[in-house]
Amino acid sequence: MSDVMRGSGSLAMARIRTMPATLAIGGAITLAWIVVAILAPVLTSFDPIKVDVMQALKPPGAEHWFGTDAIGRDVLARTLFAARYDLAMAFFGVVGPIILGTTIGLIAGYLGGRIDAVLMRILEVTVSFPYFVLVIAIVAVLGPGLKSYFISLTLVNWVSYARLVRSQALVLRGVDFVLAARGMGFGHLRIMLFHILPNAIVPSIVFVMTDAVLAIVLGSSLGFLGLGVQPPTPEWGAMIADGQTYLTTAWWIAIFPGIAICLLALGLSLTADGLARLLNTES
Amino acid sequence: MSDLVSVENLTIDFTTNFGDVHALRGVSFSLKAGEVLGIVGESGSGKTVACRAILKLIAGNALVKSGRIMFEGSDVLAMKDAELGRLRGGQAAMIFQNPSTHLDPIMTVGRQVGEAMVVHQGISWRQANARAVGLLEDMHIKDASRRAGAYPHELSGGMRQRVMIAAALACEPKLLIADEPTTALDVTVQAQILDLLRGIRRERKLSVILVSHDLGVIAEMCDRVVVMKDGAVLEIGSVDQILRDPAHEYTKRLIASQPSLMKPTTHACPVATEPHLLVKNLCVNFYPGQSLAAWATRKPPQIVRAVDNVSLALRRGGALGIVGESGSGKSTIARAIAGLVQPQQGEIEVDGQSLDRALRQRRPEQVRKLQMVFQDPFMSLNPAFTVARTLAEPLRQQNICPERDIPERIRELMEKVELPRQLLDRRTTQLSGGQRQRVGIARALALEPEILIADEVTSALDVTIQAQVLGLFARLRRELSLTLILISHDLGVVRYLCEHVAVMQHGKLVEYGDTEDVLDRPQQAYTQELIAAIPKLSRRTSSGIQPGDTPLLAAGSKC
Repeated sequence: MSDVMRGSGSLAMARIRTMPATLAIGGAITLAWIVVAILAPVLTSFDPIKVDVMQALKPPGAEHWFGTDAIGRDVLARTLFAARYDLAMAFFGVVGPIILGTTIGLIAGYLGGRIDAVLMRILEVTVSFPYFVLVIAIVAVLGPGLKSYFISLTLVNWVSYARLVRSQALVLRGVDFVLAARGMGFGHLRIMLFHILPNAIVPSIVFVMTDAVLAIVLGSSLGFLGLGVQPPTPEWGAMIADGQTYLTTAWWIAIFPGIAICLLALGLSLTADGLARLLNTES
Repeated sequence: MSDLVSVENLTIDFTTNFGDVHALRGVSFSLKAGEVLGIVGESGSGKTVACRAILKLIAGNALVKSGRIMFEGSDVLAMKDAELGRLRGGQAAMIFQNPSTHLDPIMTVGRQVGEAMVVHQGISWRQANARAVGLLEDMHIKDASRRAGAYPHELSGGMRQRVMIAAALACEPKLLIADEPTTALDVTVQAQILDLLRGIRRERKLSVILVSHDLGVIAEMCDRVVVMKDGAVLEIGSVDQILRDPAHEYTKRLIASQPSLMKPTTHACPVATEPHLLVKNLCVNFYPGQSLAAWATRKPPQIVRAVDNVSLALRRGGALGIVGESGSGKSTIARAIAGLVQPQQGEIEVDGQSLDRALRQRRPEQVRKLQMVFQDPFMSLNPAFTVARTLAEPLRQQNICPERDIPERIRELMEKVELPRQLLDRRTTQLSGGQRQRVGIARALALEPEILIADEVTSALDVTIQAQVLGLFARLRRELSLTLILISHDLGVVRYLCEHVAVMQHGKLVEYGDTEDVLDRPQQAYTQELIAAIPKLSRRTSSGIQPGDTPLLAAGSKC
């Protein structure tokens, strides 16, 4: 028994040692942001939405480390609390598309034929609209806010995952282990879920990290346009939009949320890169 | 004769994420001018690294720890890029196993042959093209001037290999390195290519290094042999000496593992009345995609008859080998019987009961009775599964046994295929080729089939592993009284396991009968040609080694 324990222990150690550096660094940055989002009330004593006009436009200093904005809100507090909304945007912005896209791609690629043809035409229609215009149009119809943002991303972004999964499923359905599963009399659903999906999902897992970065940027852009998170909720995109008019006089209002977006995007990109390496060497 | 090439105490490591891999450990051998030297070994033996190093074609993560390679008195490993450029192509050239990946798909073959002459000899493209056509003619390519304008995908595998040889010989090198030049080819095409190599070697007084895993090829072509294993040279000697009187235990095992030398394990079937499996007038057609122009002009769609009116019968416990070259339809027959491709015509009966042609229309117990083992062990197991899960899935899905008995059942299956239980928790990707193929066999056996269809089950394996897996099949057949259909391109494998053999060509059954009758006294011209094309090892080995000796089977599960 102790042998087995030691065996698995050293295997875990070996995994950590052979883990790509990008994955370790990227994972650490992403994890740090999650911790910041959870512990935001502990990390700062300021209220992110409390207006104090007397303290307006204070530069970074001993009391307000990141300074204050035009109506006297603490920029540090707002940047930290905004992590909650931006991480939520990153997470929910990809969950919908990946579920919808993977399902459609799997069905299209595995079953093929007419079903594939119909699903791919729907995909092409979706792709043929200009991306931002479509997202903004859907949000505008549904009304501003996070919920309509998630719905519009699901309706628009599923195409990438559908294409990725379909191309893998097309190859996998002719591979011997899938033939073997058919030869043993397994049903279509079982073959799709257990034999095709786990092997077709790898490129999507890598892409999801990049896509999460895009989701944040898009969410921030919508915030910038006033279609995203509504004021006074702290959100990095909206903060940058607020700060841009003061960029020459009070740079700190826009710069700190800008750095925050860059750091989170960096963490997710590095994680994506590391995952790609790890999954490629394993398969 | 002086040495053209001498490799002296060469040690090469590859640095990887998982530590250093010792690819070569102090390898020394030499090649005399005008000689043909064979390098034989299994995968991972370092034979390819050794011959690529002669042209310094080694990957960036390779580290030369010690040793040197002298080519006509200068050290290859110390050469600068410009000197290497003159060496490669000019002095020494290489041909590879897979001509389809080593030719540029978007360049005509004439240009690919001529390119080296333009680069190394500075002649014009017009002259180069003319010479390329001449070279292609020398390679016995008919209608060479027209073929020179073809792209690689328009040529057959054998033709592509001829083009690659022509390109290698373009600048009249002194040394030709051939790395498994015929492994990807059918046996009749292999015979033609070997013939060609023999001819050009004589005419051009070439020195040749021939790398192969096939002792038959080595025996037919070479003067001397280097036997390699795990990056080290085990022995060097003349072909006769190595084959007749091998000094090393491994060499003996290698020779004994050649299927043509293994003692047949066939046994007389009990005289049964009814056939266990009956295939009547089976036809499988494939419809390749039609071009728009053909559709618009209402041309009838082109039909490829993969299997053309084939009838077979097999008694309970019998073993039938289906042999043929690529494209003969032998695998399609196997898949049609297993229900994986749907035949347009014909009947399949098991125990007198007719099976539906569509797999989904067959009853579960009919599906269960007919199981298949696939060719490529790296493709036939789900890489996301552990071994235990791979074996548990069919048991559970087909309700072979109650849930609580599954672990015990899995352990029995592992014993049947001689795999240690410790492997159960491993992912299938963490196993060697031989181990994977055993898992594939165990998975097929999980459904307790009566008929096992084995499609080229050993062609992706090293020869000593192949011998072990074949031994396993022979044992399982006996113990589980399986009816076996074995698809193979290797007549030796069929002779070892099967009482009956069917020879296929272009989808048709050419010859069908008892193995001994068909292979020893072939009646049809095609069968005779097929048998004559096999490189013969047996006439050069003596009785020093007992065919089918036990040591290779005793090594059992260690593959």
